[in-house]
Amino acid sequence: MLRYLITRALSLGASLVVASLVIFTMIEVIPGDPASFMLGLNASEDTVAALRDELGLNGTLSTRYLNWIGGLVAGDFGTSYTYRVPVAELVVERLQVSLPLAIFALLLSTLIAIPVGLIAATRRGEMTDYTIMGATQMGIAVPNFWFAMLLVLVFAVQLRWFSAGGFPGWDAGIGPALKSLTLPAIALALPQASILARVMRSSLLDVLHQDYMRTARAKGLSIAQATRRHALRNALIPVLTIIGLQFSFLLAGAIIIENVFFLPGLGRLIFQAITQRDLVVVESVVMLLVFAVILVTFLVDVAYAVVDPRLRRRA
Amino acid sequence: MTRLPVQLWIGAALSTSLLAAVLISFLWTPYDVTTLNIAEKLKAPSASYLLGTDHFGRDLLSMLMEGGRISISVAVLAVGIGMGLGVPLGLMAAANRGSWLDEVIMRGNDLIFAFPSLVIAILITATFGPSATNAIIAIGIFNIPVFARVARGGALTIWTREFIMAAKVAGKGKIRISVEHILPNIANLLIVQGTIQFSLGILAEAGLSYVGLGAQPPTPSWGRMLADAQTMIYTTPRLAIAPGLAIVAMVLGLNLIGDGLRDLLDPRIRRARE
Repeated sequence: MLRYLITRALSLGASLVVASLVIFTMIEVIPGDPASFMLGLNASEDTVAALRDELGLNGTLSTRYLNWIGGLVAGDFGTSYTYRVPVAELVVERLQVSLPLAIFALLLSTLIAIPVGLIAATRRGEMTDYTIMGATQMGIAVPNFWFAMLLVLVFAVQLRWFSAGGFPGWDAGIGPALKSLTLPAIALALPQASILARVMRSSLLDVLHQDYMRTARAKGLSIAQATRRHALRNALIPVLTIIGLQFSFLLAGAIIIENVFFLPGLGRLIFQAITQRDLVVVESVVMLLVFAVILVTFLVDVAYAVVDPRLRRRA
Repeated sequence: MTRLPVQLWIGAALSTSLLAAVLISFLWTPYDVTTLNIAEKLKAPSASYLLGTDHFGRDLLSMLMEGGRISISVAVLAVGIGMGLGVPLGLMAAANRGSWLDEVIMRGNDLIFAFPSLVIAILITATFGPSATNAIIAIGIFNIPVFARVARGGALTIWTREFIMAAKVAGKGKIRISVEHILPNIANLLIVQGTIQFSLGILAEAGLSYVGLGAQPPTPSWGRMLADAQTMIYTTPRLAIAPGLAIVAMVLGLNLIGDGLRDLLDPRIRRARE
């Protein structure tokens, strides 16, 4: 187990180094001079030189890279050029929207998908199964931002149950804050729930044909009892993996949904930073998101190995 | 077995009818979408405008037909990039299983998988400027590891077969065996994956265009049409519903084809069903 953890941790480290190099190259090397890229075509020489100074662009590429990484490790993400505040502050502020939104959407998708997948698997080949599978096909095919627009149309414009966008802040109370996250969370959860329900169904179907299920039935358990006691736990392993992967996707993938609902989250921050060419923000926030995704994948792998000892040997 | 053809038929009917409408747009559309006709703006659907007109008086049906060109070609070319680079990489990795080359290719794959694809796509279009070409590259890059993985996985099982042994004895090299014997035998897998990535590409293009990072005006695309429609969703929801339905129908059709083909071509699933 220890050997497995060490090899996994080493590859985690390597992935992070390569990822940071890729991001650094994309942001600081390919556009040529980041300072003139940020200021646009009409900037005067002096302004560009001043910004170069401020961003510390006069050092060699390797010192700049090391400074950036050193800063990230120490929690210093640089200072945003447009907002004039430390990027770390912006990130913490925006996470207060994005993190609850991701968790909300994940809860919704899991709470919908597991029972739905379970029902489809136990009614396999019946009308219920076909209906559910058809519905999940639709759920996967619908672009979530378009679904978000439809939700706004029905629940904000027609029924007036929710506001069409914006975020009152947590100071306004948990109720109003959660209410403003409800439509975005539903829009994010729909495709995820569809995928998860399909995984749940097929994973349960696999398990239901295992020998130990036949043994359980031979012992005299009913199908429901055998499913509850033996099948469910085993079927949940792949489902948990997908849930882990979906969490990082939800955190990073909310960019478009946050734009539909004008939510001041991390995704909207990164999108605004890109349009305003605030490269300091883009660079550090992208790195942070990639770090989160790689870390979650690592944790899922490790959790998997703890649950299923066979996987440890493969490393 | 009775269910398979149904799924395939529905999928094929959906996507080929859309594809046909898009192809017809090269020869003929009901109205010209580049000329603005303000007098006819926001007309409700009627006999002369089947789906009505937008705020510039352009015929919505004509725009949908032309808009599909960008959406479909971006997705197809992105699949082309993914297959063109991913399949050779996967074949190479499988032919040299366990070697450093295999290790490098597969770790590189893991790395691309680890990136949040949407963020990187946005990063690429931001660095190089928004355009349909950059959207193709951004979506295509994330198709590479998918095809590499499928090709490697499929190739590894073929490499253990007797006829490969025979080819080796006959003195054929790794490259020749990969091209002549492995590739034809994993073509099924690649076609199935191709339809799935095609449908994901349509969704990705729609998302990028929606936030203004895909095709630029005046080129219509389904995602752009949705972006334009957003400001008018309160007054004319029809403008947002039509392009959305086109995307859903195309993606749904392709997914059904993909699932149907997989069931049809994958002997393991077929056996499980019988």
